[in-house]
Amino acid sequence: MERVIVAMQDPDMGVKMRNQRLLITVIPHAMTGNDVIEWLIQKYNITEEEARHLGGLLVQYGYIYPLRDPRSLLLRSDDSPYRFQTPYFWTSSRWPASELDYAIYLAKKNIRKQGELVDYEKENYSILHKRINHTWDFVVMQAREQLRASKQRRKADRIVLECQEQAYWLINKPCPGAFDVLDLGPERCNVLSSRVALIEHSRRALGRNRVKSSICLESFMKYSEQYLHHDPIMSGCLPSNPWISDDTAHWTINTDMVGTPTRLRVERWSFSFMELLNDSMGRREFMIYLEKEFSAENLCFWVACEDLRHGESSKIILKVEEVYKNFLAPGAARWVNIDSKTMERTLEGIKRPHRFIMDDAQMHIYFLMKKDSYPRYLKSELYKNMLAKAIVPQETKKSVFPFMRRQRHSSPSPAMVTQATEDDGKAKGAGPTGTSSTTNSQI
Amino acid sequence: MCDQTFLAITFGPCDSCSENPVGRQSRLDGRSQRATKNICSCCSPFCPFPMACQGLASGETLKSLKAESETLRKKLEEERKKLHDVELEKVAEKAEALGELNMKTRRTLKGHGNKVLCMDWCKDKRRIVSSSQDGKVIVWDAFTTNKEHAVTMPTTWVMACAYAPSGCAIACGGLDNKCSVYPLSLDKDENLAAKKKSVAMHTNYLSGCTFTNSDMQILTSSGDGTSALWDVESGQLLQSFHGHSADVLTLDLAPSETGNTFVSGGSDKKANVWDLRSGQNVQSFDTHDSDINCVKYYPSGDAFASASDDSTCRLFDLRADREVSIYSKDSIMFGAASVDFSLSGRLLFAGYNDYTINVWDVLKGTRVAILFGHENRVSSLRVSPDGTAFCSGSWDNTLRVRQEGRGVVRELKQGGTTPYLKNIFLFN
Repeated sequence: MERVIVAMQDPDMGVKMRNQRLLITVIPHAMTGNDVIEWLIQKYNITEEEARHLGGLLVQYGYIYPLRDPRSLLLRSDDSPYRFQTPYFWTSSRWPASELDYAIYLAKKNIRKQGELVDYEKENYSILHKRINHTWDFVVMQAREQLRASKQRRKADRIVLECQEQAYWLINKPCPGAFDVLDLGPERCNVLSSRVALIEHSRRALGRNRVKSSICLESFMKYSEQYLHHDPIMSGCLPSNPWISDDTAHWTINTDMVGTPTRLRVERWSFSFMELLNDSMGRREFMIYLEKEFSAENLCFWVACEDLRHGESSKIILKVEEVYKNFLAPGAARWVNIDSKTMERTLEGIKRPHRFIMDDAQMHIYFLMKKDSYPRYLKSELYKNMLAKAIVPQETKKSVFPFMRRQRHSSPSPAMVTQATEDDGKAKGAGPTGTSSTTNSQI
Repeated sequence: MCDQTFLAITFGPCDSCSENPVGRQSRLDGRSQRATKNICSCCSPFCPFPMACQGLASGETLKSLKAESETLRKKLEEERKKLHDVELEKVAEKAEALGELNMKTRRTLKGHGNKVLCMDWCKDKRRIVSSSQDGKVIVWDAFTTNKEHAVTMPTTWVMACAYAPSGCAIACGGLDNKCSVYPLSLDKDENLAAKKKSVAMHTNYLSGCTFTNSDMQILTSSGDGTSALWDVESGQLLQSFHGHSADVLTLDLAPSETGNTFVSGGSDKKANVWDLRSGQNVQSFDTHDSDINCVKYYPSGDAFASASDDSTCRLFDLRADREVSIYSKDSIMFGAASVDFSLSGRLLFAGYNDYTINVWDVLKGTRVAILFGHENRVSSLRVSPDGTAFCSGSWDNTLRVRQEGRGVVRELKQGGTTPYLKNIFLFN
């Protein structure tokens, strides 16, 4: 932030500073709020709203302080005068605002005009009085000295110094309730690094294979273009964005197991194999296709391996055995075709089963499906029919009466949905009706 | 779609102890990589902890090590430069320019008594879990703005929270150094806190947590400089990741096909990519000038963006192994706390400590819009799973869900029927 302030103070390019009038006295080197904003707009090429926001932050953090209304730290875009805070008082220097200084400041205020202290300041004053009672004489003496010295200054200087100090203390000891600009969150520490590890890492990194930038960047372009129509923020969504129109039709059309999927959804399956597998309907369709081709065991194997990888630790051994029995053992019911080297390695590994033991085989089958079955699926009649059947929802007309707001219904919580299916049809009817009554109530 | 050179990380036993699994890089077409010794993290003589210097052979002074690491770094930079033949801006010239983006706040979620530190969407695209400084974790149905569950944690500064993929549980943690998983029950009288399960144990605050593809595993990052993978059921540590030399502040799981990696960013200005199975640090990027507050993968998984206290966001490409773009502006002086991509990866939303959200065009590197509305720092920002909206949580105790506001500017002043919708801000 200091960069900005220093630039602002630059005599040639900085903010125009003039002698400003404050009531009767003339204050040198002050500027108006308007000037600040204009300068910001010009220098950084930003809009007025942003400039106002930025200027406001500068005031809040104490780099600029207002002269007319020193209690409120706001940047007003009019003639109200402002001045730059001396670097001594900048927040970034992080000098701990010591209690002694604060006590002196409050004492000065108290002496100068009885009753000028605001409530929280009075409280702080009495707390400090109790705490540093032993040096209280010193505090009062200091306060008197400073007041005497300031009486001998010109009025303009006095006002400036007062406002300066006040702004500083406003920021460092804020009124309770107003947020503390200096609030930063938990401390972060920095530990020294280990050179040896760094060297090892750099060596390994040198051995990496890298791809040319042009190829990588082209891929970003292509990805963005491909997904452009699927991005609701960029291209809107049909029938309407639920957050704008309060209509959940978009979500109901796109639920997992719906009768006819939308066209966008089916198109997405053709983007990559992972898209197809990630969508449960896509997976189901693909399974149907594979069954026709008599290679369904590949997908079943892949699903079983995924389950193994992400499932509970306690069931790993059991699952590995099942997978072996169903897919890998010679003469198994759904034997998968993997090359001998991978098979050997997997069988070796089964002797000491752990979560990732099937990874080699799983990857092999995945790429097999990707290179072979997936492209054929995309060309198949099944997929083409799906695409033809897919609906393109109509965009709902914007309602003419803006005051007519739709009722927002809550949806069953996912936790509830799984519970209902687990309860084996026990309270199937009670499920959806139960939620609408409970979830509408507040906690 | 372009063809990627597949660099698979296959599995094999450790070269020295032959027990623990270790990842090896190999090409899929059978050609082997340059022979490198593959040892698991337990057998590695290079201990990541700075105090233990057993790896130092005699005669290797600290100075010579420093010199060596510097030369290696320079060599690495050169290698990376060799393949850098074009800048992103040039490639992006072909892309069509984005029109004016007009995002309005559609929902304001009020209810936290203190700063909102973290939030996450549920896979059902409408529920959100958010955590705050006073220890409260609330699950909202953002569409209706109802609060569904509220948990009070026995700690303040709950800096991390995550929704399980199934939608049946949430995980959260903060200054208590642990990550706790709460299964979400629907019985309103049930005390959620009673069913809590402590999963992760770190030696310093928990800065981030996320579920991997299932409810059974959690990945956490902590202020003690490590990240770890835990099994939810047993609370066991499955894998730990050492390599950061300061607090790890953020992490994100890769969406890629052979999704086994995650990226983490820390106070040491580095972003590291890790392999989940072997625990090895696969790649590292250290071009930031200050703490990295947030990292997020590009939707295709080939790149990631990071937000840092040096007020810039940067895009790093994983295959080219370098930083490809910087998103910064002179007028932005405050650090960025959080980033996320839109569904297509064309837009990057970043929340800053100066209370604003800047929207960047990822390809062209320019700023598309600046959004106001929050009255204090924006601490976390996430795009919903189907990309229809994004939600930002801030230190002003509220969360705002925003969406594009094309078309007629409607007078959205509701007639005071529902108390939750009192503040709907319109931006232009």
